[in-house]
Amino acid sequence: MTFYDIISIVVGVLLLVIAFLAINAKKLINAVLFLSALSMLAVVSFVLLKAPDVAITEAVIGSGLVTALFVFTLLSVRGRESQ
Amino acid sequence: MKNLFGFLISLALGIVLILVLADTSAFPAFGDVNLADRISEQYFNITNVEEVGSANLVTAIVVGFRGFDTLGEVTVLFISALGVAFIFGGVKQKRLDLNFKPNFMLRVGSNILFGIILVTSIYIIFHGHLTPGGGFPGGAIIASAVLLLYLADDRFRSNVKGFKILEGVAGSVFVVIGLLGLVLATAFLQNFLPVGTVGNLVSAGIIPVIYVLIGLKVGSEIAGIVDNFLTEEESA
Repeated sequence: MTFYDIISIVVGVLLLVIAFLAINAKKLINAVLFLSALSMLAVVSFVLLKAPDVAITEAVIGSGLVTALFVFTLLSVRGRESQ
Repeated sequence: MKNLFGFLISLALGIVLILVLADTSAFPAFGDVNLADRISEQYFNITNVEEVGSANLVTAIVVGFRGFDTLGEVTVLFISALGVAFIFGGVKQKRLDLNFKPNFMLRVGSNILFGIILVTSIYIIFHGHLTPGGGFPGGAIIASAVLLLYLADDRFRSNVKGFKILEGVAGSVFVVIGLLGLVLATAFLQNFLPVGTVGNLVSAGIIPVIYVLIGLKVGSEIAGIVDNFLTEEESA
């Protein structure tokens, strides 16, 4: 069992655990942050699978734009509820 | 109890999937795939790649061999941006009221980060034919830099009209380059510039030019979508 195999297994198990946490989070903001962490780990697994182009796109879209838009939406919804 | 049940079902499903798919002819072990079975051999034949001149094989396929598909992809993005603008865009617009006031540190820090992110995106766009990345991720990085400014300043609005002009000009120049390929070479979007040495910054003919245009277009489009999402029509 090489170092590469160990890293792959650790990243894979962490992906599953964080996906489970993301769908079971009680607060929506926590779910969004777990989703962002999931994207970051997906980037690591794409690099391990030797697909750096997909990794860069996933890093930008998945953990950058989508997370920021979700956070903005949650802030906006909270502003409406308090009024 | 419900969580445990779901966990057991997904675990069983995962094990079954792994056992069924591992090491069959459709899913060989990682690294054992014969690429010629999956994609056309022309795409990674070394003489063809040297003709296109892009050191990054993915870029050679996306912009070099399949430039017409990329034009379609950019058009799809344009249509989705148009749809968002059609639904959300009104005459009089103001920023969405967020229950959130940015403090001094956030404002100054994100102004510094904006420059760094912009430089990174320019690097990724200009090195699209050499390193991983290219026009689409680089444009998305530009858009996320704009989004950061929206987060940091609750009065900030990007100049939407300038973005729309930039987007239109970039898309038109892309088509004009394709037509020039039709006139100066033999086919639409065919390379008509000298290829140069593979691996140099100025090489690969029209690929860097097209990727810069795609980066500008994607960046301005997604920034426009972000602006549409974060503004609303003035009620009064």
